[in-house]
Amino acid sequence: MEDQLIIGGKEIKSRLFLGTGKFGDDHLIPKCIEASGAQIITVAMRRIDFHTSQENMMQYIPKDCILMPNTSGARNAEEAVRIARLGRAAGCGDWVKIEVVSDNKYLLPDNEETLKAVDTLVKEGFTVLPYMTPDLYAARRMRDAGAAAVMPFGAPIGTNKGLRTREVVQIMAEELDLPVVVDAGIGKPSEAAECMEIGAAAVLVNTAVATAGDPVRMAAAFGKAVQAGREAFLASPGAVRQYAEASSPLTGFLHEA
Amino acid sequence: MSYYDVYRKYKHFPLEDYLRKVTAADVERSLQKSCKSPLDFLTMLAPAAQSPHVLEEMAQRSKRLTEHNFGRVITLFTPLYLANICDNACVYCGFNCHNSIKRSKLTMEEVEQEGQAIRAEGIRHIIILTGESRRATPPEYLADCTRILKKYVDSICIEVYSLTEEEYRMLFQAGVDGFTMFQETYNEDLYPQLHPTGPKHDYRTRLDSPELACKAGYNTVNLGALLGLDDWRKETFLTGMHALYLIKKYPGTDCAVSLPRIRPCVGGGNYRPACNVKDIDIVQAITAYRNFLPRLAITMSTRETPDFRNHLIGLGVTKLSAGSVTEVGGHAHAPKTDGQFEISDQRNVEEMSQAIRKCGYQPVYKDWEPLRRNA
Repeated sequence: MEDQLIIGGKEIKSRLFLGTGKFGDDHLIPKCIEASGAQIITVAMRRIDFHTSQENMMQYIPKDCILMPNTSGARNAEEAVRIARLGRAAGCGDWVKIEVVSDNKYLLPDNEETLKAVDTLVKEGFTVLPYMTPDLYAARRMRDAGAAAVMPFGAPIGTNKGLRTREVVQIMAEELDLPVVVDAGIGKPSEAAECMEIGAAAVLVNTAVATAGDPVRMAAAFGKAVQAGREAFLASPGAVRQYAEASSPLTGFLHEA
Repeated sequence: MSYYDVYRKYKHFPLEDYLRKVTAADVERSLQKSCKSPLDFLTMLAPAAQSPHVLEEMAQRSKRLTEHNFGRVITLFTPLYLANICDNACVYCGFNCHNSIKRSKLTMEEVEQEGQAIRAEGIRHIIILTGESRRATPPEYLADCTRILKKYVDSICIEVYSLTEEEYRMLFQAGVDGFTMFQETYNEDLYPQLHPTGPKHDYRTRLDSPELACKAGYNTVNLGALLGLDDWRKETFLTGMHALYLIKKYPGTDCAVSLPRIRPCVGGGNYRPACNVKDIDIVQAITAYRNFLPRLAITMSTRETPDFRNHLIGLGVTKLSAGSVTEVGGHAHAPKTDGQFEISDQRNVEEMSQAIRKCGYQPVYKDWEPLRRNA
């Protein structure tokens, strides 16, 4: 069976999603997209100045990518909805990553407000991907409200701490029948591979690439890691055992004919 | 509960004694903790942290934390002085009401022209400033200016006299989303000597104003002490404590600090700063703030020289002013008044942007989407 990732009715070629904030130079963005193969690209609406003819981050995003505006800066559902509508009105398409944060110390998403925004925006025809605090019940409610995928964090955004929420994310991936995209906190390609190995549908990275010494090379590394992790998941790794398994077992004679 | 209750706890704490006893090893221990306490912050402000290898370690960690939390970007903003009429007699300030400088206040027509000029410069974040005179520049005047300026910019911060919570709310509705007020000095005993008369004379009113802005829903609240008025280490510690107090109580508000160093000004000839704040002190303060509060925004104004500001990019600073004038108007018109203080960095927006790019950082002109545009 072919291994397809379908979100919002579209087949997604790459299981690596890329964020565009934090780059020291926006010229790096198309290079990172190319090196990693990423197709879904998220952009903070708050950073886009649609009223200027000056250079704008949007012009660095290749036309064949799927643009996913995010609602960074929204502190409640109502603000997230307004930002999403602004993005659509400005020609950014129907995809939206909902980000509702009202704790600026750790930037942890507020699931309750996020769910309200999902509900409203799905009804308005958006393809909605909520960034969320990992929680099975909240994820089910978002699924039932029509979210196209859910995006739990691996660790607080920008921390590069890796998949600290492994247990819950794995349960979500097993239980939801909806793509689970690990978004935020992933610092190294090996951690992105780990997300994929436990069954995540995709990984979204930004800080780890944008603040790397060589962002383009790091983007390529993440692209490969995500592919490798997915392959490993599909290949069903052997069981983890407590003791080494001898290739000539001591009890083998019992089963000999 | 007010920050004053926290301040009182530290007022009689033997800060000097503590700072003197800190060793370089103590600083390194504090730096390695994943969650740093107020005393770890104080430790990082000790003289011992200026030993070269310790300060370098603080700077390296600060750079990493800043890049992870904010990215390789610097947000630019520009000040717009609406008026310089002032009822205070602050002994160190060029706007002191006893100084015979030219006073003026922009008309709505002039505000419109300034807005257009700022728009042409490209920056979408501004800070509007006045002297402290409720009668010359009442809250309604500030609201009228805001309604005009929001046509041209995306984020408007106020730096004016203390208002009531209701008035902060009214301006928020008009389109203001940021608040800046410097306590100048947290030293309660020194404060009235430096601010002998005028509305700013009351220490408590000023101390509690940032909290009122948080209550009114402002997105960013920027604090600061005017470094040089008292021991900069104590002032920095108490500013950090003020930030921590607000962050814990109002997690939805972005907290920022500035580190203004006292500058020469017209008419301020008799005042001599009590404390000489050196470049290394500013670097220590910035990196201590960053290591203590990784998500704290840090603002640097054009009081500092281009060379020093260039070096601070990457050390922890996240916001810089550009194209600054401290005279009333000045973006669209030739200045017709004297400035509040002398600025050291005269670079325009394009020159500032180039300098930021040269450091491997991206200058950001817009990082806010106003949602109350039609409010």
